[in-house]
Amino acid sequence: MRIDRRSFLQMSVLAGGGLALNLYRSPLAKAQGPGKPPDLTPQAFIQIAPTGIVTIMARASETGQGMRNMLPMLIAEELDVDWKDVRVQQADLDEKKYGPQFSGGSANTPMGWDPMRRVGAAGRQLLIAAAAQTWSVPAADCTTKSGRVLHAASGRSAGYGELAAKAAALPAPALSSVKLKDPKDYRIIGHSQTGVDTHTIITGKPIFGIDMSLPGMLYATIQKTPVFAGKMKTANLDEIKTLPGVRHVLVIEGTIKPAAATPWEAGMDSGIAIVADTWWQAQQARKQLKVEWDPGPAVAQTSEGFEKRAGELLQAPPVTTIRKYGDVDAALKSSAKIVEATYQYPFIAHATMEPQGCTAHWKDGKLEMWTSSTLPSDGRGLIAKTLAIKESDITTHMVRGGGSFGRRLQNDYAVETAWIAKQIDVPVKLLWSREDDIAHDPFRPGGTVGLKGGLDAQGKLTVWRHHLITFGDDKHTASGGEIGADSYPSGFAPAYGLYTSAQPLMLRTGALRAPGDNAYCWVAQSFIDEMTHAAGRDPLEFQLDLLSNKQVPWSGVGPDEHEPTGQDALVPARYKGVLQLVAEKSGWAKRAKEPGRGMGIAAWFCHLGYFAEVADVSVDESNKVTIHHVWAVGDVGSQIINPRAAESISYGGVIDGLSEMVQEITLSDGKVMQSNFHNHPLIRMKQVPPIDLYWIKTDYAPTGLGEPTLPPILPAVGNAIFAATGKRVRTLPLQKSGFSLA
Amino acid sequence: MPLKLTINSVDKMVDVAPDTPLLWVLRDVLNYTGTKYGCGMGLCGACTVHLDGKAIRSCMTRVSGVEGKAITTIEGLSSDGQHPVQVAWEALDVPQCGYCQAGQIMSAAALLAHTPHPTDAEIDTAMSGNLCRCGTYPRIRQAIHEAANANQGTTANAS
Repeated sequence: MRIDRRSFLQMSVLAGGGLALNLYRSPLAKAQGPGKPPDLTPQAFIQIAPTGIVTIMARASETGQGMRNMLPMLIAEELDVDWKDVRVQQADLDEKKYGPQFSGGSANTPMGWDPMRRVGAAGRQLLIAAAAQTWSVPAADCTTKSGRVLHAASGRSAGYGELAAKAAALPAPALSSVKLKDPKDYRIIGHSQTGVDTHTIITGKPIFGIDMSLPGMLYATIQKTPVFAGKMKTANLDEIKTLPGVRHVLVIEGTIKPAAATPWEAGMDSGIAIVADTWWQAQQARKQLKVEWDPGPAVAQTSEGFEKRAGELLQAPPVTTIRKYGDVDAALKSSAKIVEATYQYPFIAHATMEPQGCTAHWKDGKLEMWTSSTLPSDGRGLIAKTLAIKESDITTHMVRGGGSFGRRLQNDYAVETAWIAKQIDVPVKLLWSREDDIAHDPFRPGGTVGLKGGLDAQGKLTVWRHHLITFGDDKHTASGGEIGADSYPSGFAPAYGLYTSAQPLMLRTGALRAPGDNAYCWVAQSFIDEMTHAAGRDPLEFQLDLLSNKQVPWSGVGPDEHEPTGQDALVPARYKGVLQLVAEKSGWAKRAKEPGRGMGIAAWFCHLGYFAEVADVSVDESNKVTIHHVWAVGDVGSQIINPRAAESISYGGVIDGLSEMVQEITLSDGKVMQSNFHNHPLIRMKQVPPIDLYWIKTDYAPTGLGEPTLPPILPAVGNAIFAATGKRVRTLPLQKSGFSLA
Repeated sequence: MPLKLTINSVDKMVDVAPDTPLLWVLRDVLNYTGTKYGCGMGLCGACTVHLDGKAIRSCMTRVSGVEGKAITTIEGLSSDGQHPVQVAWEALDVPQCGYCQAGQIMSAAALLAHTPHPTDAEIDTAMSGNLCRCGTYPRIRQAIHEAANANQGTTANAS
């Protein structure tokens, strides 16, 4: 089996929560381009020096997910070398040689697990063949150990370094033909390997995009239109040109056309680029700008307006049916009890610690880029289109980025940098200020959800009706505002209706870590908790019972939809497994029930992984919430590849989810009202509870961890607040439900 | 305006506007890029350096005010990552994206310099000015304790 991008797309369509179908499919499909996926060769990934030191190419972009370790570890394991002898080198962008190089959708593990191991095994096979030829013995009689080929019968052995030149000249075997190790023999996979960049990071050596330095390089900042799709009319450009350090002042016309559904990669904002000897000088000059803007139609947008319109749409019949089975209306009518609620969640920004930026050099009609994009092939295509040059005239170096969380899947900053570079002919580094980064983020779109659920006389769920008010128009949905037909409890409620209606939005939006799921899990798992309490049942027992219902398979109805079958659809046993273990570990059955203190439970399936989480919180008389402890259980298949890093990113998902509970982006007169970490906060150390994490290993191929760990923490905390206070959190951020984090 | 700065025990002459934040002199003029820009408002701690041994936010510190004082950046904390905090950070593989880590390490080193064996509460207080978007906080807490224990070992051996 070869997992290429094409089959990844299919596979990800099947991942719960409608993740990639809607939120990743379009950009990744575009990046993929036509034609058959490349044949990977060990020669492309592995170089062995005569000393035996092995250099392995890391193909994927790295912004903190640990891909520079994980993928090379797979190769090294099957190549059968010692990790201490491995050096990892970041590959430049060349997907014909390396296959997919993006990092999104928690996809690198499922996408790399099989092919990367096979690349290593094929390399090992070539080294054995080289030794067998040298010694004139059958290859089948040779074995390997720690970077050496051994021939037991004659007692001969040779280091890989001695065999490398000969091996490299041999034809590479078909990857499908190579034999893989028995997992019980793993010496690298399943053993924690320190990050290959960790030493560089802790000693402060240059490694991030912002650290790029080239001879003669200048620094750029951009004053963009404060209202999306606005245009610059006039500005005091001549005055700015005279300020200290300023070398160039460039007007960016902008390519964005206001529309009801802003597409992924909306285009270039109108603005003024200031290029100076230092970034601080560019910023100082920027403060002297006097600009008259034509704000355009988006100036009428306000958060209050969105909320009002969402309320109206909620009262009206839904526009689009995403999925419906059973007679929803009849089931509601005949239910013994109906529970009704409206949930609301806000826009939020990615706010990576390293603000967006990029470095580029235009020389002799060719462009060289140093980018931290996590979808760099898409960036190269956009740059070629914007500058009207050939993609083959662009060299893309992939530089470590200070966080992405979905932000760097879009390449707006890289297009801007390339555009500036082409005007000035010297190397240039663009850096957005934190304020730029928050105001011009491709936000996680907000949403409003109207829910109705029915219970029968025994307190069993009879029907679930879900109406999402999102953004866009009748035909197109704003990026990140879509919902998948398989969004839980789709397929488990005996009758089910999932509908959407949309209102126009002129704003950049996109994929934020666990896109869709970061909101839909909170909505669904909070409402399940409401149904549970209405039924007078226990939240764990209610959900296990729901998962025992006969699953209604989803047969796709649209051209882009696939039927989730087999192991890629939600497997109830896995969902139940994580719930049962987290209940056991957290002492759920024996939890104390006292005023002001409570535990909440929630679980989710997305990006092919299953996570259940329990939060133990207390709420004081001023509604300040202290999170005392979190238990998390994950099932991402048969193998945790790099255990310590896997734990770290899972803790990170939980902590990130807590931050999302207090963040909010609002608009007034079309302008973003938040600007920095004081009004778009991140959780601080003193707010972080101890987190106990456990794995369930199941007999499925390993899948990724960037995303599935995050969604359950939001409803787990919300449900715990309910248990502590009897008050339901139906609006995020928490402040809007009357709570705050202590 | 020419100014003399003492960075990692080395004197450096720079000619910049006196109100330039120390951060941008370090990064763009002297090429000490280990110190990071995160917010420009003293909210995130990514730019933390030591000024006469105390942790300060270099994004909010005018360069004209630090003449004659000892500035230590991540590059000068130790030779090749041998400070106990760096050793613990590497042993526990603390970084995820890594961008905030220089600031975290500088804050942790300043904490341990005056509180060699901090409690969890003392760690939380000292470190809560440093944001981490990846959520490495549990590892940071662990690493500070480990560095504190290593300190104890060193002291015991020396005495």
